[in-house]
Amino acid sequence: MAFLNIKDVHKSYGETKVLDGVSISVDKHEVVCLIGASGSGKSTLLMCINSLQPVNSGEILLDGDRVTGRGVDVNRLRKNVGMVFQSYNLFPHMSVLENLILAPRKVLGLKRDEAEAQALEFLGKVGMEAKVKSYPDQLSGGQQQRVAIVRAMCMRPQALLLDEITAALDPELVGDVLQIVRTLATEGMTMVLATHEMGFAREVASQVCFLHQGKILERGKPEDIFENPQEERTRQFLARVLASGRL
Amino acid sequence: MPESGLGIPTTDQSAVVGMEHTPPQRISLLIAVALFVWTTSFSFYWMGLFAVDALVNPNSEVLIHAIFVMLGVMALLPAVPLLKAIGGIPKRAKAIKLNDLAEGRYVAATSKEDALVTLGFSGGILIIGALLWFATTNDAAISTTFLNPEYIAKSWTGITSAFWINVQVAVGAEIIVLVSGLVIAIMRLLPGRPGRPLRLIATIYVDVFRAIPSIIVIYLVGFGLAIAQVPFFKDLPPTVLAIFALALTYTGYVAEVYRAGLESIHPSQWSAARSLGLSYSATLRSVIIPQAFRRMIPPLLNDFIGLQKDTALIGIMGVIDAFMQSRIYASSDFNLSPVIVVAIVFVIATIPQARFVDSLIARDQRRQKASAG
Repeated sequence: MAFLNIKDVHKSYGETKVLDGVSISVDKHEVVCLIGASGSGKSTLLMCINSLQPVNSGEILLDGDRVTGRGVDVNRLRKNVGMVFQSYNLFPHMSVLENLILAPRKVLGLKRDEAEAQALEFLGKVGMEAKVKSYPDQLSGGQQQRVAIVRAMCMRPQALLLDEITAALDPELVGDVLQIVRTLATEGMTMVLATHEMGFAREVASQVCFLHQGKILERGKPEDIFENPQEERTRQFLARVLASGRL
Repeated sequence: MPESGLGIPTTDQSAVVGMEHTPPQRISLLIAVALFVWTTSFSFYWMGLFAVDALVNPNSEVLIHAIFVMLGVMALLPAVPLLKAIGGIPKRAKAIKLNDLAEGRYVAATSKEDALVTLGFSGGILIIGALLWFATTNDAAISTTFLNPEYIAKSWTGITSAFWINVQVAVGAEIIVLVSGLVIAIMRLLPGRPGRPLRLIATIYVDVFRAIPSIIVIYLVGFGLAIAQVPFFKDLPPTVLAIFALALTYTGYVAEVYRAGLESIHPSQWSAARSLGLSYSATLRSVIIPQAFRRMIPPLLNDFIGLQKDTALIGIMGVIDAFMQSRIYASSDFNLSPVIVVAIVFVIATIPQARFVDSLIARDQRRQKASAG
């Protein structure tokens, strides 16, 4: 059975329909890339998976357990599914270390020294151990995003949701962040990522979904989607991305 | 006309023969105005000084005369930039004659700056001169009514000791308001259907108590609770009732400060904290309140300064505060100088706080610039 099962999810903000019957199933160790224009519903879908937005209808199952609707233990869900945002969203009043140990201590109940040891170990893996005492506004965007990924990893999640995590970065900083995601993918982390980095999606994805106006128009293996797209919309989208020099 | 690839017409570069060079700006008129304003202010100021000297120095003591002359000489200072500005006129003419337009523009701009400095200082001197003159007109009636040294000295001790009542009431009310304001603010922010009744009550409270003038609340609390023989409240001393009345009014203001502070934190901070599994209250405690608190301090202190000033109203319920005390002095001597003393005491108590608020705001702006840059 699929680890994450999204079944016919609908979501509107007021009158605006954002998700119009989306279904995806994600197996363990799978990397699913959501591509599509801005406003196609990629971010909203990730927010719904993490219960940051309630769905209007349909359901989402995590490891066979329903995580949408009333009475869900959202904090348990979020403990298992980490999320990283486009705008990093580090806590600006806390140092890097404090950012990394807050949730492990409060939610997982780790002791301070355990949480700190884990944070230092993970920071070392992304080459950021020197910045442990810095505050977020002293770091570059790429460094902040690396800390944000480590912050999510410090909860030892079963799956990660990555919402256009390189979209706000200067081009020369994108590589460092993507390298971390690449490593996580090879280590078998289950991931769903919304991205505009088509080359990267093609490299790491086991499944690519093209979203258009809240619907999944086309899905498949990356080589099929990128080399032989069946839908006219997909072809148009990829042509526009190609024209912008990002493929 | 040639067109760029986008269809936007561009200037035909070959048609530009030679651009007109900007001549130095005219400065004579401005310098004349500066000269006129400075001479006027200078004479006004000296007239004012003469009048004050005559008033405070009836025995013609030389030392006091000397002080006034020195104050008068200070009004000569604006003449320095004025002379420099005047010196710029021939230099400008010479530069134009030599066709050195850059030098001419530089000289003119420097002269203009100097003339403006003279104007600024002369304006200040003019205002001080006018005030001195105003204070000494009608045979110095203004200053004897408001600034009589004898009555000031006589009332100073009584008023400053009565001011402690104001301090006690202000501090007492501020402590209550810090807590009650938070309670009302959290009530206003309660989410969903279950929170609706409390949300409504908190909203009405804030609307009502921000609308009623605090003097009316003080009046109603000060007399009403005793007249109605409300248990517990009827036996309280008036000072405590005053604290209670001011706290009622300012809870409304401070609740709004808290609410605005909490709502000013970007929703993405909520998303980030909740996505890590932190609960609603843990997010509020560890992430939202610490960030909001820093932003709340300046508006909070602003409201506290307002509260401190409103302690001058509690005299109407029979508390002898500094203002009431000064009115007692004023009516027995038929002179308003004691009231000026209260005003001065309030100013002395408030200015350090106002500067503190300013420095906090400045620090916050620097921080924001630093993080934006």
